[in-house]
Amino acid sequence: MKDAFGAPQSLLVLGGTSAIGLATARRLIARRTRTVWLAGRPSPALESAAAELRELGAYVRTVAFDALDSESHETALGKIFTEGDIDMVLLAFGILGDQGRDEEEPLSAVRVAQTNYTGAVSAGLVCAGALQAQGHGSLVVLSSVAGERARRANFIYGSSKAGLDAFAQGLGDALHGTGVHVMVVRPGFVRSKMTAGMPEAPLATTPDAVAEAIVTGLRRHSETVWVPGALRVVMSALRHVPRPLFRRLPV
Amino acid sequence: MSVDTVSLTGWGRTAPTTALRFRPRTYEEAAVAVRGCGPRGSIARGLGRAYGDAAQNAGGSVLDMTALNRIRTIDAATGLVVCDAGVSLHRLMEVLLPLGWFVPVTPGTRYVTVGGAIGADIHGRNHHISGSFSRHVQDMELLTADGGIRTVRPGTALFDATAGGMGLTGVILSATLRFQPVATSLMSVTTERAVDLDDLMARLTASDHRYHYSAAWIDLLARGRATGRSVLTRGEHAPLHVLPARARRTPLAFRPGQLPVAPALVPHGLLGRTSVALFNELWYRRAPTYRIGELQKLSTFFHPLDGVPHWNRVYGRRGFVPYQFVVGFGQEEALRRIVRRISRRRCPSFLAVLKRFGNGDPGWLSFPMPGWTLALDLPATLPDLARFLDELDEEVATAGGRVYLAKDSRLRPETLAAMYPRLPEFRALRAELDPDGAFRSDLSRRLGL
Repeated sequence: MKDAFGAPQSLLVLGGTSAIGLATARRLIARRTRTVWLAGRPSPALESAAAELRELGAYVRTVAFDALDSESHETALGKIFTEGDIDMVLLAFGILGDQGRDEEEPLSAVRVAQTNYTGAVSAGLVCAGALQAQGHGSLVVLSSVAGERARRANFIYGSSKAGLDAFAQGLGDALHGTGVHVMVVRPGFVRSKMTAGMPEAPLATTPDAVAEAIVTGLRRHSETVWVPGALRVVMSALRHVPRPLFRRLPV
Repeated sequence: MSVDTVSLTGWGRTAPTTALRFRPRTYEEAAVAVRGCGPRGSIARGLGRAYGDAAQNAGGSVLDMTALNRIRTIDAATGLVVCDAGVSLHRLMEVLLPLGWFVPVTPGTRYVTVGGAIGADIHGRNHHISGSFSRHVQDMELLTADGGIRTVRPGTALFDATAGGMGLTGVILSATLRFQPVATSLMSVTTERAVDLDDLMARLTASDHRYHYSAAWIDLLARGRATGRSVLTRGEHAPLHVLPARARRTPLAFRPGQLPVAPALVPHGLLGRTSVALFNELWYRRAPTYRIGELQKLSTFFHPLDGVPHWNRVYGRRGFVPYQFVVGFGQEEALRRIVRRISRRRCPSFLAVLKRFGNGDPGWLSFPMPGWTLALDLPATLPDLARFLDELDEEVATAGGRVYLAKDSRLRPETLAAMYPRLPEFRALRAELDPDGAFRSDLSRRLGL
């Protein structure tokens, strides 16, 4: 169960090797979290992430989960919920793709969309159903500012996150009053292995800062969290910039 | 029996969860609801005054007991009262005060049910004389996991597990209570100021035994030499002869006043450091240095907050976190350290109460133990409050003390075991009596009770 400050006792990270997911898990273990499930494609990276969290004193289990294999989500995730309540699900998987190549090869663009959007829709719905049945819990969805307004430089990734963001907002409204809380997290440019080697955007942040914002959001029962918080103002201005001008902006 | 799906919180308005709410009107309906509960179990709920998650059951059933509210028999000669568990102490006062009987123990609110009072084994300002609520229970009817109804009497394991058992041994359906006789419905109150914590403890130690009711309001924002300055209010039920002639005509009238309802939306920063410090300053200065024999209404003396319906809203939408602990006699140093820490941290707590408990009570999970108890309420939005309270838990546990489960919404399961040494017995009894977990609550899940 979550305590009065929204700190969960059990956590399920979808995308068990995600830097933000692991940073959040570390922070939550320092609070109340005792059980962590890391769901991801079986790999040495997943096991070493689990080992790292075990050292912090948590009981960690890994489970095979592939975002692209939507058919398996029901069974793979359903099994986790039968072993006990999950107080918080962190939907942290996603791929950035390579905009240049993706524009050339539609199939690899589809892979980005399927991972970030279709996979998240099926996993999100499975988890939402299970959380609803247990009458409590938080579903935290990692969206992105890239989904707020499509940019020339990464609109394939951006459009998948836009879809995910809209899905999560709607899901949050659908679950209002069921005891399940859905929180959409919109980080800006996050310095991590996913963005290694890319030119840094303004207001760049770190996985730890995102994790901190998630913990605060849980305490406040927030529905939307921007990281850093200033992005909320920046993006609400950018959203209203006329297209011809927006196209020319160096962002 | 009406059934609906509701989102519930405790009085502190934190951590809402959703459950199926049944409202049984008879014992049979309650038994049907318990037998029909799914794998997520059921828990009884009264008037929702437990601050934390004790009367919530996410995804399961919650039995709203307030429709089981009949007072069955009253023995006006001996003060024995048989009533349903959903009867509130308010109702009992309304009915029994005019007959010259008063509830044996009352907490800071009259809006608790008899079932809740036993389940949390509540205490009042008379704990040093009368002990906790369950000491005045002659017997009770308990609906257990098998759907049967048992009569439970003091001195049995089931009674001691149920008193303070937070509703996890079964649903209390009715109880026989021993009331205390009173001559009037007024209190004769002695008020005095204590300049600091040591002065307060000295005064309480020296003269508590002379008063039936005793507690002190403590200013936790005062710093330096004034740390722990307090106002002691101690009193007795006023005898008839001290009443003025006019009041003597209706000595047992029960007329609690009512102020306007707290608004539904209050900004959460209202009770900040400045406003609370100002309130505390005024409250302390307003109090007389020493005054005896002041006549107060029962409701003013015992339940000042009940005058404002929904007073819990003043903390705003995000709610508040109460904290109450007890440390034994001989651990005064721990108490001083904790008070100093709270005051150094400038926690805005405007209704902090310090009291001396008397002997411990038989309930396995009963909170009181001989020693000092301090209760405070803090806004849930205070930065880093979670960690601060964890640190206080450590202090309390190291000093051999404990925190109050009826007010808890954040304790660590590991710390709980250190605080309640009879927890293993409680778990064992529950495993035997309720192997499938028909009775569960958010509290029991969170703490692994």
